[in-house]
Formats: sequence, structure tokens, C-alpha cells
Amino acid sequence: MTTTVDQGSVAAQKGEPNVLLKLWRNKETRSVIIQILTMAVLFAFFAYIINNAVLNLQALGKTFSFDFLNEPASYDINQTLIEYTSRDTHFRAMLVGILNTALVAVCGIILATILGFLFGVIRLSNNWIAAKLVYCFVEVTRNTPVLLQIFLIQGILVHTLPHPKQAASIGDAFFLSNRGMAIPRPIVEDGFMFTVIAFFVAIAGVIAFRRWARKIQEETGKIYPVLTISLGILVALPLIVFMISGSPLAFEVPELGRFNLRGGWTLIPEFLALWLALSLYTSAFISEIVRSGIMAINKGQWEAAGALGIKRSWTLRLVIIPQAMRVIIPPLASQYLNLTKNSSLAIAIGYMDIVATIGGITLMQTGKEMETMIIVLAIYLCFSLVISAFMNWYNKRIALVER
Amino acid sequence: MLKRASFAAAAIAAVSIASGAQAATLDDVKARGTLHCIVNTGLPGFSYTDASGRWSGFDADMCRSVAAAVLGDSEKVKYIPATGKTRFTLLNSKEGDVIFRNTTWTFVRDVDVKLTFIGTTYYDGQGFIIRKSKGVKSAKELDGATVCIQTGTTTELNLADYFRANNMKYEPVPIESNEEARKNYLADRCDVYTTDRSGLAATRATFDKPGDHTILPEVVSKEPLGPVVRHGDNQWEDVVRWTVFALMAAEELGVTAANADEMAKNPPNPNVARLLGAEGALGEMLGLDKDFALRAIKAQGNYAEIFNKNIGPDTPIGLERGLNASYKDGGLIYSPPFR
Repeated sequence: MTTTVDQGSVAAQKGEPNVLLKLWRNKETRSVIIQILTMAVLFAFFAYIINNAVLNLQALGKTFSFDFLNEPASYDINQTLIEYTSRDTHFRAMLVGILNTALVAVCGIILATILGFLFGVIRLSNNWIAAKLVYCFVEVTRNTPVLLQIFLIQGILVHTLPHPKQAASIGDAFFLSNRGMAIPRPIVEDGFMFTVIAFFVAIAGVIAFRRWARKIQEETGKIYPVLTISLGILVALPLIVFMISGSPLAFEVPELGRFNLRGGWTLIPEFLALWLALSLYTSAFISEIVRSGIMAINKGQWEAAGALGIKRSWTLRLVIIPQAMRVIIPPLASQYLNLTKNSSLAIAIGYMDIVATIGGITLMQTGKEMETMIIVLAIYLCFSLVISAFMNWYNKRIALVER
Repeated sequence: MLKRASFAAAAIAAVSIASGAQAATLDDVKARGTLHCIVNTGLPGFSYTDASGRWSGFDADMCRSVAAAVLGDSEKVKYIPATGKTRFTLLNSKEGDVIFRNTTWTFVRDVDVKLTFIGTTYYDGQGFIIRKSKGVKSAKELDGATVCIQTGTTTELNLADYFRANNMKYEPVPIESNEEARKNYLADRCDVYTTDRSGLAATRATFDKPGDHTILPEVVSKEPLGPVVRHGDNQWEDVVRWTVFALMAAEELGVTAANADEMAKNPPNPNVARLLGAEGALGEMLGLDKDFALRAIKAQGNYAEIFNKNIGPDTPIGLERGLNASYKDGGLIYSPPFR
């Protein structure tokens, strides 16, 4: 009996370190152990950071609460897409900021994409001068800080454009001055609804027409000028309805007041500067992405299309670009994210985005650094996630379907 | 909440570090050997770098006085330029020890933002500057104007209130610093620039043709400007407060940079004797030595000397003493007694 017990305990004593060593030597369990340790360190790190913040706030006697969002903001904002006065709450000021960020991000993404594709294709064209000009533009824009470009464009707008009293005008309706671009404001009257309906009908018609045209092409090989006819329908139908219903649309044209152009809509120089600067900066990157996407397509594709007798312009549109898109989309998504985040530089020239409203003036007036910064971070995160989700969806849609 | 409870155990180390951060500012400054002073990024007359790269101005000199009182050397100052937006964060994150940046004392800043205002070194009010060629004589005529403002300041709120109260519209152009605001105003991006009237006078002095611009008569707010320290460090608060009061008391008692040493040796009256440390132990009570006020006064002179040198009538900025005269001359500058 006793001997067996001794043997057992000896085995246990021997076995214990062996088990740990075995676990460590085993590749799979080792990686699990490392992961657990990493998680623990990470957890402790965040625990320290959060606890430190809580303690420091307590030491300063500050409370953590979002109640300030319901207080009146008391400051004015120069560009508001929704109704806003200084009596509205900080929450509403935040909404104004979010919309301003969204506006410049969406406008920027659209313009940057158009310019980027254009530059990317030109760069590859056989026109030596055009290709070299784009090359110079891309290298200069990509390699200088975007903040300087924003300052530069704002400086040009504010310093070189004339005062409102000498504003450059087109037909006394559009005015360009150093206070921005004033354009007529459409005022919708009764009956305009019919034009809107006609527009949607036209869109439905265009979609039906395109399907039909494609069917005909597949069956007979006959090709209709789809683009021209589509545009014709889109313009003509709403226009005719608009005329018949008695042109129910008036325009408020900007007029010179004592200090400024009054009435109409004004695109303030800060918006124009930020929009142009972000678009140009990002378009330089996009043009390189587009160029790499096109160059990634095997030369054989061009030759095969040529052998089939497809026109060169069609080859690009129907053969090359659809394949290039698979290479282009993933890096394009990260450029969109960059543009959105770069829009936070707005504060430098006084464009009232989220950082300038809730993360700037609200922060200063209420002293709620922690809360406002959390809100700003959360909003940028939401913007980024929405863009990523959309681009992922689009990427899946155009991905190579393997049969 | 649940997570935070379990964090508590894991973060005992954090507790000790965070509580260690409560050390007294006075000890920190002495140990470091330099005073970290938060100032304006550039406002002529108040705090700006002059042609030789030296920080000058009313606020910058006050920093020197405090450094002289605490460290015995008025040049042991590290200036930390801040915008209206960043100044409080810089103070609360301990980047700076004190703010001398024409900061308006308000209820919310004092109580809710957890700052401690030392007192008022300059009584100011918000005004408007505009080109004479625009033909505006009163702020009441500014309906429809474009207005440049420094963002993150009290002027932003006063402006909104003033135009609302007078039922006028305006387009605000929010700008980060005085320098940027000046550029935009000169480029005529805005019709009017609004800030504290002292700031307007100081900015106008830097224009090519100051005479083409006028400061409108309306004063739309009260702006008591003064130094700020962190909430909850009473000793450091006292040090800064009584150094500033020493400069004011020196003017009241006729003590100047030139005659301070002589006055300390042969004090003409007990008040001067206590102020300059010839009698009593006021300095020791602060955690300094008895000569602290003497050093502060010798550094840049008394309140009147600092005022006149930087922003007074004989400078390009040309501000009258007005409300900022000593109470003996009918102003509001008044030091509590040194006893």
C-alpha cells in the first residue's frame, strides 16, 4: 500500500511541471496561453486608463453627464442645413455640425471620385502633355500636407475674389465674391409635385427602356444610343409636365444689401475651400488607385477585345474598367474614409463641422471635455462604419462571380 | 458599471499614481525651476513675441513677476501659447501652471469648468472694429454684417446675445486665433471684427493704416480679465493672487522697480515695510521667502509700470487707464491690505 502511495505522489510531483511544460511546448495550447495573457494585459491597460480618467475627473470635482446637451447652445453657426438659432440646444448644434460634416464629406467623395477617375485615365492616355500635367499635379498634391492646401485655397478665395459690391456675376443671378458664391434659391409653389412625379416616372421609364434595349441587342445585335435617349427622357418628360402645370417654381435672386448679398443661397468660402481642397487632395490618391487598377489588367484583355473588333473606347468601358474595379474598390474605400476624417481640419478655417461645434465651442462653453470628445469620436466612428459597410456591399456586388 | 467594479481591483496601481498627481503646484514649479505660463498665441501689447523673439506684453510681464517671486529669476518662464479653445485643457492637463491670457472671469468657468480665477488684472468690455469707409457709426447699424470672432471665447456668446436682443442678423466667421482673425478682417472677409476692446486697440495698432479703422462706441459686455489656476490648489492660488496684488499695492504705495531696493532698506511706513518683507513674515506664510514681493516688483515694475510700458497711452496701442486706474485715481484696481 505504502509503496504505491509513494509512487503515486512522486508521479504527481513529477507530473505537475511536466503538464505545464507540455502545454507550453504544444503549439496550439501555447498560442491560446499567449492570447489569454495578451488579453489580460490589454484589459489591465484599459482598466488603468478608464480608472485614471474617472479618478482625475473626481479629483477635479467634475461630474460625468450628458445633461448639457439639453442646455441652450447660445452661439450662432454660419452654415445650417436645418433651422437653428442661438437659443437652440447643444444637441441641435451638434446635429448642425454632423450635417455640415456629412455635406462636405459627401460632396467631397463625389467630386474626388470623378476627378480621380478622370486623372487616372488621362495619366494612361497617349497624350503626352495631358499625362505629364496630371503626373505633376498628382505628385505635388500627394506630397504636400492637406492642411496647407486648405489654407491656400481659402486664402485664394478670400484674398483674390472681389468684395460683394464688385462681385462677379452671371446674369445678375449668380454672384462670386470673397463672401462666397451666392446662387438663386428655388421657391416651390403649388403644383410642383407633378414635376417631381414626372421625374420619377421618367426614371422608371429609363430603367424599362434600358432593359428592353439590352434584350434587343442580345437578340438581334442592334444597338440603340441608350445614353442619349435616357438623358432625353429624363430631361424632356419633367420639363413638359413643368410647362403644362404652369411653371410652379419661383427663384429668390440674391441682392446687394448694405454689407452683403442678401437672399438666395450662399456657399460660404470656408465650405468651398474645404470641399475643393479635400477633393483635389483625395483625387490625387484615387487617380493612382485607378491607374494601378487599369494596369493590373492583363494586356491580353486589350488584345483580345481588339481581335474581336471592339472599339478602343468601348474596350475600356466594357472590358477593362469592370475588371479593374475589383482591384480599385478596396483601396478606394480607405480613401473615402480618409477624406471624411480629414474634413475635421475644417476648424482651421472656421467651417463649422462636428469638431468645431460640439467638439469646439460646446466643449469650451460647458467644460465637458470627456463627454464631448466621446460624442465626436462616436460620430466619426459611425460615419466610417457606414462608408465601410456600403463599400463592402458594393465590393461584393462587383466581385468576380465564379461559376 | 459592472465592468468598472471589476476594474477597480486591477487598477490599484492607477489609484496611487492618480492620487500622486495631486502634488502641490508650488513644489512642482520650484523643483522644475521654471514657471510654465499659458499665454495668447499673439496679441500685441498683451503677449506676443517681439522682433528679437522675446515674449513681451502685459500678460507676459505678469508671468515674469510671478517667476521672480517664486523662483527669484524673472527669466525662468516657459511660455505656452494657447488659443481660446486650448487654454483650459492645457491648464487642467498640467501643461501649464497658470493662465495669463486675457481670460474672462465668468460663473460657469469658475464653478462648472473647475477653474480658479485669481482676480482681475484688466477690466475690459467687448467692442467692434470696422473700416471707416463702411460709414457705420453705431453697432446698432450692423444688421446683415459678416462678423469675425475668435471661437471658444465669451465674445462668441455675447455677440449672439447682442444681435438677438437688437433683432439683427449677422453671419459669424469663427476663427481660431487673433492673428487669423486679423488677416480675415484685413482681407475684408468680414465687415466687423469683435473681441475685447483692449484686443481691438492692440490689433489695430498693427495695421498699416490704423486711422482707416474705427472702434464703435458700444461696449456690449463686461470682460474682467485675469489669471487662472487649477481648482483645488489653494497654496498656489494664494501665491499667484498675492504676487499680482503686490504689484497693485506697489503702485498704491509708490514703490517702483527703481526705488524698491531703497524702500526695502528704509521703509517710509509700516505698509511698505510689510509689503517688501522688511517687517513680518508674509512671504514665509505663502511658502516663499520674505522678499517675494520685492523681487516681483523689481522684475518688471509695479502694475502702473507694466501697464504703461506695454499698453499705456505712450505705446502704439495707446489704451487709457480708465477703469484700470488705481482706486486712488478713481479706477477699480485695488489691492487688499498686506497684513
